[in-house]
Amino acid sequence: MLLFIARRLAQSVLVMLTVALIAFTLFQYVGDPINNMVDQDTSLAERERIRKQLGLDDPVYVQFWRFVRNAAHGEFGVSYRLRKPVADLIAERFPATLELSMISAILALAIGIPMGIYTALNRERWPAKLFMTLSLVGVSLPTFLIGIFLILIFGVQLRWLPTFGRGEVVQIGWWSTGLLTASGLKSLIMPAITLAVFQMTLIVRLVRAEMLEVMRTDYIKFARARGLKERTINFGHALKNTLVPVITIIGLQVGSIIAFAIITESVFQWPGMGLLFVQAISEVDIPVMAAYLMLIALVFVIINLIVDILYVVIDPRLRVQS
Amino acid sequence: MSETAGSATPKTALGRFLDSDLWWSFTHSPVVMLAALVTLAMVLSAVFAPWVAPHDPFDLASLDLMDSLKPPAWMEGGDPRYWLGTDDQGRDILSTILYGARISLLVGFLSVILAMLIGVTVGLVAGYSGGIADAVLMRIADIQLTFPAILIALLVDGVMRGILPPGAHERVALFVLVLAIALSHWVQYARTVRSSAMVERNKEYVQAARVIGLPAPLILVRHILPNVMGPVLVIATIQLALAIIIEATLSFLGVGVPPTSPSLGTLIRIGNDYLFSGEWWITVFPGLALIILVLAVNLLGDWLRDALNPKLR
Repeated sequence: MLLFIARRLAQSVLVMLTVALIAFTLFQYVGDPINNMVDQDTSLAERERIRKQLGLDDPVYVQFWRFVRNAAHGEFGVSYRLRKPVADLIAERFPATLELSMISAILALAIGIPMGIYTALNRERWPAKLFMTLSLVGVSLPTFLIGIFLILIFGVQLRWLPTFGRGEVVQIGWWSTGLLTASGLKSLIMPAITLAVFQMTLIVRLVRAEMLEVMRTDYIKFARARGLKERTINFGHALKNTLVPVITIIGLQVGSIIAFAIITESVFQWPGMGLLFVQAISEVDIPVMAAYLMLIALVFVIINLIVDILYVVIDPRLRVQS
Repeated sequence: MSETAGSATPKTALGRFLDSDLWWSFTHSPVVMLAALVTLAMVLSAVFAPWVAPHDPFDLASLDLMDSLKPPAWMEGGDPRYWLGTDDQGRDILSTILYGARISLLVGFLSVILAMLIGVTVGLVAGYSGGIADAVLMRIADIQLTFPAILIALLVDGVMRGILPPGAHERVALFVLVLAIALSHWVQYARTVRSSAMVERNKEYVQAARVIGLPAPLILVRHILPNVMGPVLVIATIQLALAIIIEATLSFLGVGVPPTSPSLGTLIRIGNDYLFSGEWWITVFPGLALIILVLAVNLLGDWLRDALNPKLR
């Protein structure tokens, strides 16, 4: 077990270093960092002095090492566009993205898992068929269109919900939360639904497929033969064994929810990291891009690690192998 | 190549196709036939947009600002010349949709083909040669797979913006987009082809080809490739729908094709600004066109996957 965790940890570090290398290459070769810091009439000598001062004339490996060390300290330099330290920008916007992602993940799970179980157990009934059709439509609906249609119906036509921003936020230390005010909660509804739909359709299909697979196995047939109650079989035997792959996918989904938040945040002008990233891309704001990339990679790596460890905890068969 | 069909009478390719399970399952599923019909209609009307479209939305001479922001023809204030209304510059929405679908489909097809080329090549090389090449290529694929495609596409797009000289991006935006989508979608092909290639590598026909001294690239392309293409085509169909969505999303975010040659995503982005002033048709109709197109292609992909997978029968 310890060996397993150590090996996975080493792998994670390798992934992070790879991503760091990509981010560093961005810094190094996309545009001239000096050009982005000074204005037009800075003399060549002055530019050279800044270059020396920032250590941009050091050998590449020294610079890479410095980049990694700074990144580990959360130090990514100054945004070309906003002229503020990137770390501050991210810290400012991180709570918005995390709250949005978490709420929609909970939403997707709370609706997706029961729907998946239902469609698997009652395959031939019409609600199950309806859910499956809806899930195909859900997969075909681009996230941003869901958002736009929601805005059109509930924001513009019915005027029930605010269509952009976070509403009023409450500061708790450095964390700003929109969960404690009425306008904050109202602002959260549409973005959270928008973000949840795609994940939900994935979860429904996955839970259904896994459940159907498990229902075909011998031990379920045996449980039936023993005359166990249908309820016990479905939830005690089948669902439990379904959950292992479901946890993996859901773990990976949390990461992609944060990435998909880019789209949702753009539609609703939600002041999170995703919006920051999109703006950074269209303006080629490399420090912000690099920092966002590293942060997302970190989130992914941590989640992967947790999922892998959970796997071993849940499924005893894997323990024997390792 | 002589055709030695298993049955008693030799058949033409068409005859064999009409006799196949694939065709049978196609003609016995009304939903799939409808999806095929819709896809075909949309592809054809997009390809022949200049002839089909009632107006040329990019002919500046024919645009009249007096015609701008007209609602659809059946609504009050609508103009019978513009069935689905007009946008802020007086362009006919129906025509811009047809031209937009053209760009969306073009980017979709090109990026799927490019992703397929990259993925199949990587998969063949990794699966056939094994060893270090295999290990390295598959590690890269694993790492990339942990990140959502949209993020990678955004990143490639951002990097290309930085590398290209300012001003050049407008002209090559379409190809940057194709590259970004292809680079974010090659992994699935590579994995599938790799595992089939590893199986095929040890079969007798490949060993025979090796024994008579054919060079490896020739064996890969002539002998192994045809035997691994089935699943690749299924993935390609499903990926086409994905590619169209990603294209629309990037264009909607403003990092896709420029507004001078708008795709469906760009049209939705343009219309989004008018949502609040009540001109909903500028957004909604391109949006519906996008959904119908993606849904039809998805249905076809789902059907193809099930029909070609003997395990599900």
